[in-house]
Amino acid sequence: MSEATRRPAKPLPELEGLAKEFYAFCRQGELRFQRCSGCGAWRHVPREMCAACGSFEWEWSKSSGRGRVFTWTVVARALHPAFAQDVPFAPAVIELEEGVRLLSQVVDCAPEALCVGMPVEVVFDAATPEIALPRFRRAPD
Amino acid sequence: MKDRACIVGIGETAYCRKPGSGMSPLGLQLRAAVRAIEDAGLDGSQIDGLLPFPNLGSAESFAANLGCENLRYAATLHMGGAAPVASLQAAATAVAQGVAHHVLIPAGWNAYSGRRVAETVSMDVASIPGGAIARDYYIPHGLTAPMQWYALIARRHMHEFGTTAEQLGAIALAARRHAQHNPNAVMRGRPLSLDDYLASPMLADPYRLFDCCLETDGAAAVVVTSAERARDLRRDPVYIMGAASGQPYPADEITNRRDLFRTGLSIAAPEAFAMAGLVPDDVDFAEIYDCFTFEVLQQIEEAGFCKRGEGGAFVEGGRIELGGALPVNTHGGLLSEAHVLGMNHIVEAVRQLRGSAGERQVRGAEVGVVTGWGDFGDGSIAILRR
Repeated sequence: MSEATRRPAKPLPELEGLAKEFYAFCRQGELRFQRCSGCGAWRHVPREMCAACGSFEWEWSKSSGRGRVFTWTVVARALHPAFAQDVPFAPAVIELEEGVRLLSQVVDCAPEALCVGMPVEVVFDAATPEIALPRFRRAPD
Repeated sequence: MKDRACIVGIGETAYCRKPGSGMSPLGLQLRAAVRAIEDAGLDGSQIDGLLPFPNLGSAESFAANLGCENLRYAATLHMGGAAPVASLQAAATAVAQGVAHHVLIPAGWNAYSGRRVAETVSMDVASIPGGAIARDYYIPHGLTAPMQWYALIARRHMHEFGTTAEQLGAIALAARRHAQHNPNAVMRGRPLSLDDYLASPMLADPYRLFDCCLETDGAAAVVVTSAERARDLRRDPVYIMGAASGQPYPADEITNRRDLFRTGLSIAAPEAFAMAGLVPDDVDFAEIYDCFTFEVLQQIEEAGFCKRGEGGAFVEGGRIELGGALPVNTHGGLLSEAHVLGMNHIVEAVRQLRGSAGERQVRGAEVGVVTGWGDFGDGSIAILRR
């Protein structure tokens, strides 16, 4: 048995409901968030209604994909076996220009070089033929 | 509700790692429950209220084993580690209103010999209310465990307020020192220095190994009744002066909170102190839910013991150690006694207020605080007096 087949599969999002729509855009190379048709507020994670104005009307609006590192951690010991090969890696919260925040990873940056405020832009990482995860790389300031 | 309900019984099992409890999680909790009921001078048939911890056993199975033939109030509060203290609030309300006379709150698990705490959520996303969001938006990026979620908050606090590793270490060291005076503490006999702390392996920056709670087998339980009924029981009652719980917003998602540090306790603490008619300065000791060191610092701030951003300085210089101005986690806490879901914090607070904490007794303890923290930052707090 090869190393690759012994390794447990990475957990993936379940493609149901609004998460299915969010990840369908990612697979097309687009980062889109819900934007309320009533008050214009952007939101993430996807919700059924706008908690600010009460509207059930919304659309998937395209994000610029640009943002900054809001906070981060460096995982040095994986607590799920599927990520054991990846350590150290750095899950980071990215604050997009639209104001919403997204949990992701910065892929082209050594964990020790990460800092709050670092400018980043979205890239898409094909986890499977069906699912692309939004990740971030360093961007010019 | 002030002073209308009391804790009248406490019970614990031995806390251990190797070789494990050798009992089922239910069996373990039943042993703690029997001790709490005996401590109160009651028997199982008199327990008519039950508030079990989420996912660790149903009220029905507790009642069937303990002989609770007259059960009329049962509920489970889905707040993770905030559930025991939130259940104390619910029990106090229930007995004050006459919904039940004697309420049992049990908690316990085989977190060493059974499935490890750190792996629970990614293996069973239904185990917490925000689990589906974690599954779809956190876990695919390798953020799979509570230590890692909270590390994001701790790192941001360090960025905004300059909180240091040594300050987090002061919390770990205080817990370990206190554990040296506790025969049931798993870390008794294993002192910890700041150098040991700083040299311990980084697991999820800024959390090192010794920032993290233990994974242990054990159970604890308490019995709550009304102040009127408490007078007829064998133990000196510990009065619930104030109790409250709360949730961060949004409670099911961490990253998009406008204020990352506003958790359930930020809402609950002012309410509980107002109910008690006290201010944080009036408190003699605090048993603060310590899943990780930073959560202690953050709860000290949000409970109002100091201002936000000043928690780092607050925990330095022995202030939170026995003999300091606010001894915190006098039993050693989840960090150095055992991880009994915070039920061990309630038991310790009662012991302190009974004056039966032995060599770790806070001298002249009149008022103590106990908090709970769970899931993505749900909070609960009770203010207790002798």
